[in-house]
Amino acid sequence: MRLRRLTRSVAAFAVIGLLLGACAPPATTDTTAGPATTAGPATTAADGATTTAAPTETTAAAAGGRVVVGRTGDIDNLDPHLATAFQTIDALELVYDTLFELDANLDIQPGLAADYSYSDDGTELTLNLREGVTFHDGDPFTSADVVASLERILDEATGAVGRNFILSIEEITAPDDLTVVLGLSVADGTLPSVLTRVNTSIMSDASIEAGTVGTEPNGTGPFDFVEWNQGESVELDTFADYWGDAPSVEGVSIRVLPEDTSLLAALQAGEIHIGIITNPAVLEQAAAPLVVETAPALGYFPFFLNSSRGPLQEKAVRQAISCAIDRQQLIDAALFGNGVETGPYVIGDFASDPWDGLPCDGPDKDLARQLLADAGFADGFSIETIIISGESEININIGQNLQAQLAEIGVDLQLEQLETNVYVDRWLAADFDSALSENGAGPDPHHTYVRYFTSEGVFQNVAGLSSPELDDLILQGQTTTDPAARVDIYNQISRILLDESPWVWLFRGFRTQVLVPEVEGFISHPTGSLKSLRGVTLGSG
Amino acid sequence: MRLYLVRRLTGSLVTLIGVAVLVFLLLRVLPGDEITARFGIESGSLTPAQRESLERYYGLDQPLVVQFFTWLGSVLTGNFGISVTSGSSVARLIGRALPVTIELAVLSTLIGAVLGVSVGVMAASNPNGFRDGAGQTFGLLGLGIPNFVIASAIIAFLAQRFGYFPAAASYVDFWEDPLINLQQQLYPALTLGVALAAATMRTTRSAFIEAASQDFVRTARGKGLSARRVKWRHVLGNSLTPIVTIVGIQFGYLLGGTIIVEEIFALPGMGRLVLTGISQREYAVVQSSVLVIAALFVVVNLLVDLAYARIDPRVRLT
Repeated sequence: MRLRRLTRSVAAFAVIGLLLGACAPPATTDTTAGPATTAGPATTAADGATTTAAPTETTAAAAGGRVVVGRTGDIDNLDPHLATAFQTIDALELVYDTLFELDANLDIQPGLAADYSYSDDGTELTLNLREGVTFHDGDPFTSADVVASLERILDEATGAVGRNFILSIEEITAPDDLTVVLGLSVADGTLPSVLTRVNTSIMSDASIEAGTVGTEPNGTGPFDFVEWNQGESVELDTFADYWGDAPSVEGVSIRVLPEDTSLLAALQAGEIHIGIITNPAVLEQAAAPLVVETAPALGYFPFFLNSSRGPLQEKAVRQAISCAIDRQQLIDAALFGNGVETGPYVIGDFASDPWDGLPCDGPDKDLARQLLADAGFADGFSIETIIISGESEININIGQNLQAQLAEIGVDLQLEQLETNVYVDRWLAADFDSALSENGAGPDPHHTYVRYFTSEGVFQNVAGLSSPELDDLILQGQTTTDPAARVDIYNQISRILLDESPWVWLFRGFRTQVLVPEVEGFISHPTGSLKSLRGVTLGSG
Repeated sequence: MRLYLVRRLTGSLVTLIGVAVLVFLLLRVLPGDEITARFGIESGSLTPAQRESLERYYGLDQPLVVQFFTWLGSVLTGNFGISVTSGSSVARLIGRALPVTIELAVLSTLIGAVLGVSVGVMAASNPNGFRDGAGQTFGLLGLGIPNFVIASAIIAFLAQRFGYFPAAASYVDFWEDPLINLQQQLYPALTLGVALAAATMRTTRSAFIEAASQDFVRTARGKGLSARRVKWRHVLGNSLTPIVTIVGIQFGYLLGGTIIVEEIFALPGMGRLVLTGISQREYAVVQSSVLVIAALFVVVNLLVDLAYARIDPRVRLT
């Protein structure tokens, strides 16, 4: 092995000579850097090379049955209740379990709660816990752990991001070791889906009491935390006493390779098994034998319009902008086809029609021009667009595509790319004409809507739209338990949103993993979850 | 000489304090703090009580002056602070990143100096001849092509075509396994070495031509020394001052970490440590790392100045 590497390094040297002699740099890469943030904007990497090189060989990656996952960002935290970055959530999800799980079809499956039942009026949720579960430190899992974990999230001193989602919980009791009863302030059918979030992970009450949550992760998940080498890797070992089928691999290493092109090169060199690549231009180059797995993402890209500014105050103007944008053209040009059109809510039975509620049935630039003219803006106007950067080049690509499309109806976008923290500051203050960044979505539409489009929503000032009618519909959505009735409610909400067009809902992207052929059993998940690693085997390819 | 040293060291100390204040202030001027960096848009969904508790946790509730002197005080006692995200000490993080960066700096400087001086001498031996043209072309290209282009070319071409990309494996310390370690440093050291060689080559060439035109060279030839001896010993020996200056300065810069190359080749060095620290608003990490980098830069500069006296006996350090 070592000898082969050495000969290869000699060959590499020789080729460098040739390369420099030929002076023909085949590619450029721009480096945007660093671990990015959050449940709002997605985290990713950088621009990519443009030469396609057929891989000549793929060697088996690190031996010993450890799966090596490469991604561009490092985790930023060891406490799942505080985790917002995708890379952190994905890693901690392997260590911690939640009361419920979301499968790849986004159906809710039992997790640490084996089953559940609501009282007739929907204000009491009883959870029957799984038996025979142990924490990595050997402690048995009981209802006391669930109580302690939920109370920790609700305690404002924790600063937990999941708190907003479980505010309906008023009282937590544990009648016995394997039962937890949640008393709710309102009937809340969304709880099981909310309790699939990594932000609601169950920790041991002993760890919480000892204050070691942020430093010594101790979950019940399929993999046991070993160490975090900041900026380099997270090491996890298989947990032999896992309550489900114990993973067949020996462990998982999640390694940081800050560039998407480097990830691809590492896959081709067989140094990693799974690469989480986000740049569509780099994905284009992932040729056989590499395998590309994708799932449409739970998040979506809105084009935020500030309805309190200038021409955007006119509903017709906002509708005109929405009608002028050809989503498919945007997806094809800026994303190499890696996306799907979406309405305000992206998935499952609640997925909404992208056009129902707008005055157009599809992209229609003539109608858009007409709408602008009727509103008194026949000559068009100019607005600024802030774009989040430091994450993925696709954001600026999307901005440029929108700029070109909207120029056709006389709307001039002035693009301004901002570093993540700067963008977040201005976004939260609603200090923009229009803005572009990815939005996270929950598995239940309620939590996607409640924060933006209710008068009490935490981001109401950013969304700029609320009305008694919407407040009422969104509350109905939460308290109604009949699924068919809920679909109807959410369709109404979606129609109102598209009619008002506070945003243009552009598309949802894909979560993508590139695998070497040895990896068997990996399933791509809309949340980007890596939990299917518990069933992965490393074959001979 | 002693007086010189005392003066230089005092000056260095003032520089470092200036750096400390400047970095501290710059970080505070940047929009956002550890909370917005960590939570992003979600930071807007925190309740005031949640926010207060987090500010206490990150030490942001203290007045700036208190924050500064608490940090500076602990640095003076050898405590570089704690990375709040991971709970590990900044000293440990620097302890991991700095050797990577120093090794890369040494290797690329070696490549750059050896390649640059030889090509430079080759070019200057026969000014305006063919070899000079070739050498100058190399110099211009090396300076003109940004190193991220060279790095991407190496990745796109070598790593993808030949499947040889040792840097993608977890980083191995030199002491653990020198062979693997050197392979991991190969691509980045070459990338940086080429640019360094180009600058060194151009300096060498002009210094060499200037030295070669001086009287003592004719004297040396006249007293019958071989052409080779004249060239390498007398001419090159007398062109060393600018060469050492340029190599020294470049080496100092390399010690600050080379963000782009470290990013592309996934080397866990100082550049990435600082960059990650900035984007996560990890104040202690950035402040302490930058201070260490500045201290190294100052030391290298001092050593370069001391080297002048060694190279050229006419130089008096006063």
